[in-house]
Amino acid sequence: MRNKKDIKGAFIIGITASSVILIISIILLIAGIIIYGSRESFSWEFLTSFPTDGMTKGGILPAIIGTAIMVIIMSVAAVPFGTITAIYLTEYASEKSILAKIIRFAVRTLAVVPSIIFGLFGLGFFIKFVGQGMDNVFLGGELKWAQPNILWASLTMSLLTLPVVIVSVEEALRNVPKDLRQASLALGATKWQTIRKIVLPSSVSGILTGTILAISRGAGEVAPILFTGAAYYLATLPESVSDQFMNLGYHIYIMSTQSSNVEQTLPIQFATTLVLLMLTFLLNLTAIILRSRLRKKII
Amino acid sequence: MASENINIENTAAKYSSPKPKSGFTKENLKKKFRFSEFFAEKIITMVAFLSIAVIVLIFLFVFRETLPIFKASPVQTIVNNEQLVPESYSSRDTELKPETYGEINTSESNELKPEQYGVITDTITSESENISFYDEEPNRNIANENNNQGAWKTFNTKDWYPVSDNPRFGFWPLIVGTFKVTIIAILIAAPIAILAALFTSAFASRRLREIIKPAIELLASFPSVVIGFFALMVMATFFQDVLGYSSRLNAFIGGAAMALAAIPVIYTITEDALSAVPKSYTEASLALGANKWQTAFFIILPAATPGIFAALLLGIGRVFGETMIALMATGNAALISANPFDSVRTLSATIGAEMAEVVFGDTHYSVLFLIGSLLFIFTFMLNAIAEFYIKGKLIRKIQGR
Repeated sequence: MRNKKDIKGAFIIGITASSVILIISIILLIAGIIIYGSRESFSWEFLTSFPTDGMTKGGILPAIIGTAIMVIIMSVAAVPFGTITAIYLTEYASEKSILAKIIRFAVRTLAVVPSIIFGLFGLGFFIKFVGQGMDNVFLGGELKWAQPNILWASLTMSLLTLPVVIVSVEEALRNVPKDLRQASLALGATKWQTIRKIVLPSSVSGILTGTILAISRGAGEVAPILFTGAAYYLATLPESVSDQFMNLGYHIYIMSTQSSNVEQTLPIQFATTLVLLMLTFLLNLTAIILRSRLRKKII
Repeated sequence: MASENINIENTAAKYSSPKPKSGFTKENLKKKFRFSEFFAEKIITMVAFLSIAVIVLIFLFVFRETLPIFKASPVQTIVNNEQLVPESYSSRDTELKPETYGEINTSESNELKPEQYGVITDTITSESENISFYDEEPNRNIANENNNQGAWKTFNTKDWYPVSDNPRFGFWPLIVGTFKVTIIAILIAAPIAILAALFTSAFASRRLREIIKPAIELLASFPSVVIGFFALMVMATFFQDVLGYSSRLNAFIGGAAMALAAIPVIYTITEDALSAVPKSYTEASLALGANKWQTAFFIILPAATPGIFAALLLGIGRVFGETMIALMATGNAALISANPFDSVRTLSATIGAEMAEVVFGDTHYSVLFLIGSLLFIFTFMLNAIAEFYIKGKLIRKIQGR
């Protein structure tokens, strides 16, 4: 009887442990195959040159720069709004207030809305409503803003990454000890002064973590920018926010599904995927390290 | 500046306490009205409304674009003459920019060939089409007059031929395809993710847990386009060699790739639910003589069932709306079949593939937005169920009420 139980237990522990091993080996396998596939094409020139010969040769510089610009505009839009929402949820709203509950629900809903829906929203709201309105009011109907560009793509992406920022900043703000707040209030500081001078400075690393996670998410998503600003190929870098841009993820998608000679450009595709994967991996690693440091510091 | 502040405070003081007294009277301890405090709080509250506003706006604006389908029109024609005769555009709107029209013409030459449809390489043929069609007003007028009447009737058919001469927008192949991929993905992802979560929370030591958790959550950071690329280039070839089916990209490959996207979602939430089971449960079970695995399997797992259910719902939501993997790995053929190794076309992939080549204001355009509204409503409801019903149940169960 005893023996049978032990066998059963060993079986259950074995099967659960093997699923952990399976997941981790899949991660390593994906990374390994992508590194192996790009062993010849990945180089410094690849990162720093323009595509040539109808995108069958050359590098991915415009895609890297396009992604970087998009991510910067996105952070500028998402981080302040996300931080302020998190401040409201932790500092101003009471635990039981219905409004705070609705906001929390909205944030969580925003986090699970499919990314393609953000793309549709960007098209319907930013391009066709705001952009068209701007053209009609400022340019007298001339077509400038009512078409896909890097600004609309970045703003669409900032809505997608808003919940990421809110959740991380909220966690950081909650980790600021109550004693600090109470000490500040007891010394006569007002609530807003306490938040500005005490709470926010001690949660800077949390805000940084949120920003990094948002950048990592934004750099990897393709669906929201499919029809809000990403371009197949551009000979020049975007010069203003009303230009279209090339994007790493979109570049992978286009090269692997829409290009006429998929086989020939396979090394380039692998190398582009490697760049994107390394980018998101490094960003996430930084966020994980920052976060664990933050937790240690508080405890 | 300073005098202004004093003025404001004085006026505020006038209202709150007309006669300042010394000592801790009720009047003195009352909060003073401060303009900057008031202002900061109001601004922060207003910004906090943004998330709610975004949800509402998404619903409004995605739904707004579908409205042309629902508008009744006296003319009842199903055949779309406008697409067959491109000249009618130029004759009607000569004053508008010629570039946009030139590009519409290229797309129409594609639209006349329905056979090409469903092959992934044909969906976007040139870069110019990505940039085109953002001058919607004239097209929309034409579309409203002539295009929208047949759309309603074709929703309930088995054909998805949005760009033929006689367009049919049957949703069934897309819905069947989406559910097929979702079921395959969840069948693969759920057991692996739940077992892994059980190991992490019940059997792993604290140090091991701190390695496993971030490692598996690293999978969540893989962009879906990377997983899609891996499925398209590596998994598709490998599984075709092993299993020997005919179409290289199919529901199984798409489902397996989406399982990779769903595993971290299900894993994280299940792990949270398992860790939330009170220690007293485990201790009571161990004190009664149960093993570690018996406790894990018969005590912790059942107690966390609602949380696991929520994890599955969110995993389903993730797979359901996944676009890039569906575009790259499912083959994108709108077929109805029970065979998991046939190509399928999911709802989200349909939007992603066809929005770039559609004419603004066209019926097809509105139908794609309608699909988007359906996706949005579906994921919204999944999330709402996971949020309210199941979390409430979990809390009640753990508190023993």
